Order: sequence, then structure tokens, then C-alpha cells
Amino acid sequence: MKRALPILAVLVVLLAAIAFVNPFFLEPAGFLAFAKRAAPLVILAAGQYFVIVSGEFDLSVGSLVTAEVVIAARLIDGEEPATWPVIALLIVIGLLVGLVNGVVTTKLRVPSFIVTLGMLLVLSGAVFLWSGGAPRGALSEGFRAFGRGGLGPVPWSVLILLAVGAAAIWLMRADFGKTLMVAGDNERAAALSGVRVHRVKIFAFMLSGLAAAVTAILLGGFAGVSAQVGQGLEFSAITAVVLGGVVLGGGRGSVLAAMAGAFTLEALFTLLNLYGISGALEFTVQGVIIIVAVAAGAVRLPWKFTPRKGDAHAAS
Amino acid sequence: MPRRKATVAVFAALALAGCTTDKPPAAQSSAPAASTDQTGQGSGTGTQSKFFVQADFDAQLAMRSQTPQGPDGKPWEQAITPQMTDTKTFKKDGPYHLCFSNAAVNNPWRQVGWKTMQAEVGLHKEITEFTALDAEGKDDKQISDIAELQAKGCDALIVSPNTTATLTPAVKGACGKVPVIVFDRGVETDCPVTFIKPIGGYLYGADAADFLVEKVPDGGKVLALRISPGVDVLETRWSAAKTVFDKSRLQVVGVEFTDGDAAKTKSIVNDYIQRYGKIDGVWMDSGGTAVAAVEAFEDAGLPVPPVTGEDQQDFLQKWKDAKLTAIAPTYPTYQWRTPIIAALKILKGEEVPKVWNLPQPKITEETLPTYLQPNMPPLHYALCGCEDLPGFPENWGGKKS
Amino acid sequence: MNGIPVAARLREPTQVVFLALLGLIALGWVLVALDGGQFLTMESVVGIQQRSAALGIVAVGQTLAILAGSLDLSVAYLISLTSLVAAEIMAGQDGNIVPAVAAVLALSALVGLVNGLVITRLRVHAFIATLGVALIIRGILDHLYDGPAGKVPESFQVLGYSRIGPVPVSALLWAGVAVVAWFLLSRTRLGYRIYAVGGNEEVARLSGIRTGRIVVLTHVLCSVCAGVAGLLLASRLGAGAPTVGTDGGYDLESIAAVVLGGTALAGGKGGVAGTVGGVLLLAVLDTIFNQLEVNSFVKDVVRGVVIVIAVAVYARRTKGRSA
Repeated sequence: MKRALPILAVLVVLLAAIAFVNPFFLEPAGFLAFAKRAAPLVILAAGQYFVIVSGEFDLSVGSLVTAEVVIAARLIDGEEPATWPVIALLIVIGLLVGLVNGVVTTKLRVPSFIVTLGMLLVLSGAVFLWSGGAPRGALSEGFRAFGRGGLGPVPWSVLILLAVGAAAIWLMRADFGKTLMVAGDNERAAALSGVRVHRVKIFAFMLSGLAAAVTAILLGGFAGVSAQVGQGLEFSAITAVVLGGVVLGGGRGSVLAAMAGAFTLEALFTLLNLYGISGALEFTVQGVIIIVAVAAGAVRLPWKFTPRKGDAHAAS
Repeated sequence: MPRRKATVAVFAALALAGCTTDKPPAAQSSAPAASTDQTGQGSGTGTQSKFFVQADFDAQLAMRSQTPQGPDGKPWEQAITPQMTDTKTFKKDGPYHLCFSNAAVNNPWRQVGWKTMQAEVGLHKEITEFTALDAEGKDDKQISDIAELQAKGCDALIVSPNTTATLTPAVKGACGKVPVIVFDRGVETDCPVTFIKPIGGYLYGADAADFLVEKVPDGGKVLALRISPGVDVLETRWSAAKTVFDKSRLQVVGVEFTDGDAAKTKSIVNDYIQRYGKIDGVWMDSGGTAVAAVEAFEDAGLPVPPVTGEDQQDFLQKWKDAKLTAIAPTYPTYQWRTPIIAALKILKGEEVPKVWNLPQPKITEETLPTYLQPNMPPLHYALCGCEDLPGFPENWGGKKS
Repeated sequence: MNGIPVAARLREPTQVVFLALLGLIALGWVLVALDGGQFLTMESVVGIQQRSAALGIVAVGQTLAILAGSLDLSVAYLISLTSLVAAEIMAGQDGNIVPAVAAVLALSALVGLVNGLVITRLRVHAFIATLGVALIIRGILDHLYDGPAGKVPESFQVLGYSRIGPVPVSALLWAGVAVVAWFLLSRTRLGYRIYAVGGNEEVARLSGIRTGRIVVLTHVLCSVCAGVAGLLLASRLGAGAPTVGTDGGYDLESIAAVVLGGTALAGGKGGVAGTVGGVLLLAVLDTIFNQLEVNSFVKDVVRGVVIVIAVAVYARRTKGRSA
């Protein structure tokens, strides 16, 4: 919890700034709308957190999201009864992609940056090969409800987000979380002390794949079929996690902070939009803020951290 | 101590970042006549693009009312005010080997077009070989592709350039060796035998803007959604719309970039609804995310204002189902049939238009039922002109009804 | 592929790469012959070189950054920016070539300096630092340019189009950059230090190397290489283009080429020769795809699989040796 304090403080400031320009934001409906919009990225960031804290990267999540939406559209093809079986299949595919990423990374000892980069290429190629170059079919109303509808005034995506967030926090407090942290901090020491490093890392990748599947369900539901729904999400998710103070290279950072990082990123987009920063320069502002935020986090308490490690994602 | 060092470093980084910002404008001002703003600040529409050419704008809008020449019901063979050019020097006996350097197949529009072109090739027995290279959206690869194709003994070379200015040297190089046919985007040389294009982006943008000017009450708030900056064909669409809006009494409350991302589009529209309470019209430079924009109003529980889209299946379907007040300007994919037809004409020595302006219809409420085909995939383009081709609709991802 | 047992006996990944390259050429020759074509024609040999020159130059720079334990995701946007700066300063005038080249080199060195300082002084992970700088450049590009701009004079297009026999000038430029980098890495103290920093930063620091400076320097060199690639592309295109770098995917593809060439992503192991092999391997793969007119989606799948398998082979070898 303590680790999440700085990013939560930043988040509160950003939210206050948004509310200052747009008072509607303070009403429950306004805030829920924001939470609904942020939910996919927050969930994706939670998944990415597990991988990053274990000392690895997952670059494949963006194209996995696209692939899942394209698969869902073609298989459901507008048929309501197909909704639930296809959702189950999407989750299995997400887990499976994570499994492959994890196994190749750990057993074949290929740096995860490369494994997931390869997976990115394979997924985006294979799914469009299968669907003939462009998405086909259609999503059912039942499928779209997760991204569009809600339980009374509360959007489904916010409820799903709460459930995912609670599960992620619980996982990190359980034994799994502790071993994951140890494995990410010092793989060799962890292995010597009896931690099954490979197994926890594979599990982390599977969680990231699962998060991508859930994100795909929410995004496909929110905005419908598109050929580029997941484009660039891998970088947004990694940025969000790092913004939350989680250290690339593994072993440090909390999942709550990672999710707060995703909220912060989303709040930043909203704020830039509200203050009318021209569409183009938005990226420049974003770049500066990300660097400054991470720098501020890294430089503030250097003596408390052990010396900076190299890119531990490939070290063995 | 470390904290102070950090602060200094942050400022240093910011200062350096600032330096890089200054560089390009300095470079720009040293380039003579690089930027000449035609108009200043408009009604919330920002500065005019430096690519805006008033004469081209006027010419395209004039073509709107001209009757195209050519066979009825086959717009891909029609041409508007053609200036014919002689091709006798290229005449040769068949069978023919056609080559095609394709910019990319990385979006649904190009997918539909590419499938249509392949089907058109299949119609002609005299084409015994058809070699196509895909540049995957890379200018540099397309330049090598064009060079490579010249060595393959092609009888004619078709080029769909990835960008306008940058493919010019490569096309110039090919012109001396084979008859070259350019379509979709142009190049900055008149050496190709023919340049095939629908009327163009200015007409697209103006058609959509005119519709909003007509349907939205004076003083109404219009939101303009663009895909991304820096794409020349999209710049013309917006600059034409800007010209129209500047003369109107509409208030353009925002010009936003969506990156072609449906979720982002929906969020942006939502923000504007929240901020202004009511948006009276939405202008879009392409149809990929039109449905998302419409849904944003639906999800907010508001009536959908007049909106502009494109001839994409999902938008046309939504238009019909939700009874929208809408228009769909098009950039027809049937233009992918024309280069093959032109190549054969050239090789047979028949004259072709130097600039082949294809008709560019807009879909209106009246014509919607004629364009909306059932059971096509959501990102299919209705103006493919492919309904009579073999393999339709399966090869385009559709289902026989 | 079937080269694995042979590979196991070899010492350097570089040899594996070039062996794989030969194997791929043989495979391509057979496949294209079966398809009824000719593989290694004059045009395709020139094509392979033209296709790989720009990526090759970026990848050489990327090799330096990766060897020092860093990496650079900002090269793609920097290439776009430098192509525009070059073309706009040249403005079609022969006399402006020198100032344009100087401006591009200075600008890219500056970007490299920023990258390096953010990483070393602000202690931001290279991934985030260079991603942030990439966003900054992207914003500037989007803000300033609506499309292709500037004009490159005919004399400068010699760089992009002329060739001496079967060797294009652009390939010579690439070879030049690669030889300089090779010399730097294997024949100078600086090269030794780059390997030391990438191998183990702590040890390097303790043995008196100013590790920060080395990382900054490799980033400056990496960005300068990207700037040179920007110049080359400007000469190929005859103008600058705001999307030429990202459309080319030079960021991730250059990293892929480097690791395909046997350089360890963690730094400290590998070299320029391997990278040259990796780039050529990708180019030959592209040429085979072109000859067989393979669907671009299949290409992505094959590329992804090849990259992962290659690195898995190297990993297996290192494991065998250390065990």
C-alpha cells in the first residue's frame, strides 16, 4: 500500500484538475464513465504487472487483444447463443498464448522481449490470415453488453474491473505473489532457495494473457469490431505499470500501484483532451510526463534501492 | 544532495527536449515557399493545411455536377471530362504479363480493393501472368519492388503508391521501360500513361461538410474527427471541409484525431457531449469509426445528430437500423478494377484518359437501399463494384443469402 | 532448422547467422526454382542490398546500444524527423547538402544525448526513456508536418539510386558504417568498455570505467546511425516523410535484426558482424517472399517464428557451454 501512495497522490491531483474543468466528473455518473473507459487498460496493466514484476516483458498483449476481437466476431457471427462458448474460448486462448510465451521464455531461455515480439508478429499475421485480411462476422448484443451495458447505473466493465483488481491484490498477498516477487528480484537466489522460478513465471505470463482476453471482451464490447483495437496497447500497458513505480527488471512494485498507474495514464489523456492541448502535441506532453514521472520515482530514494540492475529481463 | 542533482537533471532534460522542438521550424523557414497559409484562423477549424490548393479544390467540386462518359452501370469504366492520350506505341500482341506494385494490404479498404483487382484479372484470359508485390506500407520497399518488377518482363506496370512525393523517382525510372499505370494516390510526374483516381479528397470532405451545413441549424456545434495528421489524402478531405465550415454559420467545437481507434473515438465523442451538453453534428474524414461515434450518442441516451460516414458495411447497416440522418461520401474501391482494364486498353493500342477521373458517388438516404448488401462483413466497402465478379460474395468474406 | 547440430559445434553466433544465411539462400533458390523463377538475378541481388541498407545502418547503431546493456525505441521517429530536416534544408539545392547533413548529424546526436542522459542521470529504464523520447518526437512531427515535405536535389539521390556494378552506393554506406562500428568495438578501448558495461555494469564501474559516459556515447552513436539512415531514406524518396520511419518499423525490426545476429539483448555479448548477417537474413527472407508472392500475413508469422527459433538456438548453445 505504501508503495502505491505517490502514484495515488498524482492520480488525485489529476482527477482534481479534471473535476476543476469539468464538474460533471464529480457526479457518480461522470466518474463511473471515466472508470468504464479506464477499465480495459487497468486490467491489461494488472496482467502486465505480473510479468514485469517477475522480471520479464509482454509485448504480445496488443496484438492478442486484436486477435481475440477478430476471433470473437467471426465465431459469434451475430448469433446470441454463441456468446458464452466463445467467451470461454477467448479466455482459453488468452491463457494458452501466455503459456506459450512463458514456456518459450523459461524453458528455451529466449528473452521475453523477443518471445513476445515474435508472438506479436505471429498473432497479428495468423489471425488475419484466418479471417481473410479484415475482420468478418459480428459480435452479439450479449457480448457487447460487457463493454456497453451495466447493472443499473454501474457499468459491467467497472464491476469486472473491481473483481479483477481484488483478485490481483489477493494473488499478490498469497504465496504466489511472494514467490513471484522473489523470482523477479533475484532469479538465481530464488531458485537456490527452492522457488520454482519457471513455474511462477509461466503463471505470470498466463495471467497477462488472461488479462488481455478480458480486455478484448471489454474493448470489443465497448467499441465493436475493428482491425486495430489492440494497436499500441502493449506500450500503454507497460507505461502504465512503470508509471505506477514498478521497476522494469522485476522484484519491486505493487499491483495496486500498477493499476493506479493505468488510471493515471487514462486521466492524463482525459486532462490533455479537456485542456485542448492540440491533438498533435499531445504525444510530446505525454512523453515528457512519462520520463519525468519515472525519473522522479527513480531518483527520489536511490539509497533505499539496491544498485540499478542492468536489463535483467534477459540475464540468467 | 541527490534530490538537487535530480532537479537539475530534470530541467536539463526539459531544456534539451525544448531544443529539439526549436530545430525543425528553423529548418522550415529556411526552405523557400514551403508553407503559405491560405487562410488564417477560421471558425475553430485551425490553420489551413499547407497542402491545400484552391484550384484543385474548385476543379474537384466542378466535377461533381459533370456527367461521366462510359458504359452505364459500370462506374469503374467511366471517366469525367477525359483528355484522351494516344497509346499506339505500346501496342503489342497478347498474351500479357501484368505487374503490380501494391503499397499495402494493411487495412480493410485495401483488402476489398485487392480482392476486387484479383477477380478482375481473372476475367481476362489474355492475362496469363499477374505478378504482384506488396510493399507492406514501406516507401523504401516499394521503391525496390518497382525496380525488381522491371526485371520480370512485365508488359505493363501498375503502381498504387504508398506516398505521393516519395515514389516519384522510382516511377520516373520505370516509365522509360514499360507503360506505367498509377492509381489511388498520384505521383509528381506525368510520365505514367494514365493516372486513375476517383474525383478526390476535396470532394469527399466537401460532400460531408455540405451535408452538415444543410442539416445542422445555424450556430450548431460540430465535432470533426480525423484519423491522424500527416496523411496527404486525409489532409485534403479535412482542408476542404474546413473551407466549407469557415464559410458557414456552424461552430466547429473541436478537431480531434482518433488514430482510427473505435474506443478512442467513442471516448472523444463522450467527452464532447459532457463538455458541451449537446453536439449537433459530427464530421468524419473516413468511415472506420463512424459506428463508434454513433454509439457514443446512443450510450449517452441522446438522439444521434446528423453524422457523416463512409460506404462501410457496418455504418450503412447502422444507418438503416437506427434511421440516422447521415451521408456517406465514398472513395470507391471499384477503382481497383480500372487499372487492369486500362492496362489491357493500352496494350491493345486503344486510347485512355491521361487523368482518368472516376465518378465518386455519395450515398444518401435515397440511395442507401441500393448500396446496402446483406451478409457482408462489417468492414466491407459497398462501392467495390464487385457484385458481378466471380466468387462474390464469398471471396470478399460475405455469405450467400 | 537442420543446421542445429552443426551450430552446436561452432563457437560464435556470427557463424551460425551466416550459415543460416547460406542455408536460406539455398532454400530460397530451390523454392523459387520449383516455382519456375530465378532466385539470384542481378535485380534481386541489388534488391537485397537496397532493402537492407537503411535497416542495416539503424541496426548497427542499435547493436552498440544493446551491447552496452541498453536499447533504443526512438530510432523510428528519429528517422522520420531527420529525413524531413534533411529534405527541407536541402530544398532541392546542391549547395545545401553539406549544411543539411551537418544539421541531421547534430540533431540526431542531440537526441542520442538526451536518450543517454535520461537513462544514466535520471535513472530511467532505457525502454521507458527511449519510448518517452519517441513520443516527444512523434508529437513534434505530427505538429509540424502534414505529409512529405522538402526536396532532395538530384545529386544527393546518387546515394539512394546509383550503384557500382552490382553494389549500390547505399550498401557501401552501410558497409562503411558497419566497418567503423566493428573497428570501434574490436580494436579500441572504447569497444572493450562497451562490452564491459553491457556484461556487468557493477564490475565495470568498480574497475574504474565511467559507465554512464559509455552508455551516453553508445546512444549518441545509435542515434547518429538513425540520422544517417534518415539521410539515406531522404535520398531514396526524394523528399522527407513523417511516416517513413514508423512505416518501416525500424524500432522493433532493428532490435529483432540485432538479436537475430546473435547479440544478447542483455548486453555484453555479440557484435556488428552478426547484426549484418541478421539484417541480410531478413532481407533474403523478404526477397524469397517477394519472389513467391507470399501473403503479408504469412510473412509476419514466418518472421516471428524465425526470430524466436534463432534466439532459442543461441540460448541453447550458451547453456551448453556454461554447463
